[in-house]
Amino acid sequence: MSVMKRVSLIFRAKANKALDRMEDPRETLDYSYQQQVEMLTRVRRGVADVATSRKRVELQMNSLQKEVTRRENQARDALAKGREDLARAALQSKVSLQSQLDDLQGQYASLQEQEEKLTLASQRLQAKVDAFRTKKETIKATYTAAEAQTRINEAFSGISEEMGDVGLAIQRAEDKTAQMQARAGAIDELLASGALEDHVGGTQDAIQAELDRMGAGNEIESELARMKGELAAGAPRQIEANGDAGAADSAGSAGSAGAQAERPQAGDGS
Amino acid sequence: MIVRILGEGQFRVGDDVAAKLTALDSALDKAVETGDEAGFKTALDASVRLVRESGTRVPDEEFATAEFILPFSDATIAEVRRLLADGKIPGDSVGLP
Repeated sequence: MSVMKRVSLIFRAKANKALDRMEDPRETLDYSYQQQVEMLTRVRRGVADVATSRKRVELQMNSLQKEVTRRENQARDALAKGREDLARAALQSKVSLQSQLDDLQGQYASLQEQEEKLTLASQRLQAKVDAFRTKKETIKATYTAAEAQTRINEAFSGISEEMGDVGLAIQRAEDKTAQMQARAGAIDELLASGALEDHVGGTQDAIQAELDRMGAGNEIESELARMKGELAAGAPRQIEANGDAGAADSAGSAGSAGAQAERPQAGDGS
Repeated sequence: MIVRILGEGQFRVGDDVAAKLTALDSALDKAVETGDEAGFKTALDASVRLVRESGTRVPDEEFATAEFILPFSDATIAEVRRLLADGKIPGDSVGLP
């Protein structure tokens, strides 16, 4: 049998099963209405959950984007210092981060779509539930139990199909959100522990350390150059004087250490 | 005839559209049976587009059941198989007494 027909029969079977359980159909109108209102609450909560999940992914995307930019700057920095090897490592790391970011962007779009769909489903159900409320009051006021039967059957089957549709939409959104939360949780942990940096390429810290070392290296070079200049200008006495001062310092500190060591003994004696 | 697209609501379509849908439905059925994901997507896209474009929305005040129910426009074969296999609709939990 066909797909569309079979799905429709599944929905109908569900409505019929519910109808079979009814005794006085009119009494169940109010009960059914309550269920519909509960369903509306569920679908609204579903929309809120998807929105929360989407916002979380958004924050993660921002964090990842910052990391990507940082790698890019590192690569530029490394290249300026003539370290193509470091620049290459930084770019490798960037590519890896970028692919995670692209993946998240796809997930984000999908969550956004779920949110929109669920919002529409919620609006549709709201309109249908409002119409049902009007209809149930009309049925209760106008018809006897026997006359009401057919009309109630119609209304129930119609609303049941709508509820089933929305129920499936909520389930889909929940599945999507659960998948997303598992992934988002993993990325959050990685970002928080800083492990993402090691995990991605494993070179990030090494790159920064090397760049910092090179920065410090440049300072050392210029310091050395300055000292060499001073030496060339004939400053040997200055170095000697520094050496004497150092000797005097160490003698002084040794003396005071000795004096301190004696004091407790004197205290003990008294 | 009334057709529902899951996630989009009910549409009323004419006989000509119903005939076209029946043909597309066989394609859908075949694709689900053979696991032909591309064929499934093609048939589903065509069905959804046909209903959206040639159908008119069933008003909110009208309570009717659909003769044909189309899966969600972005459904997969796996999803349709699951629905057809267990026949469970989540709305059951808030069903009638």
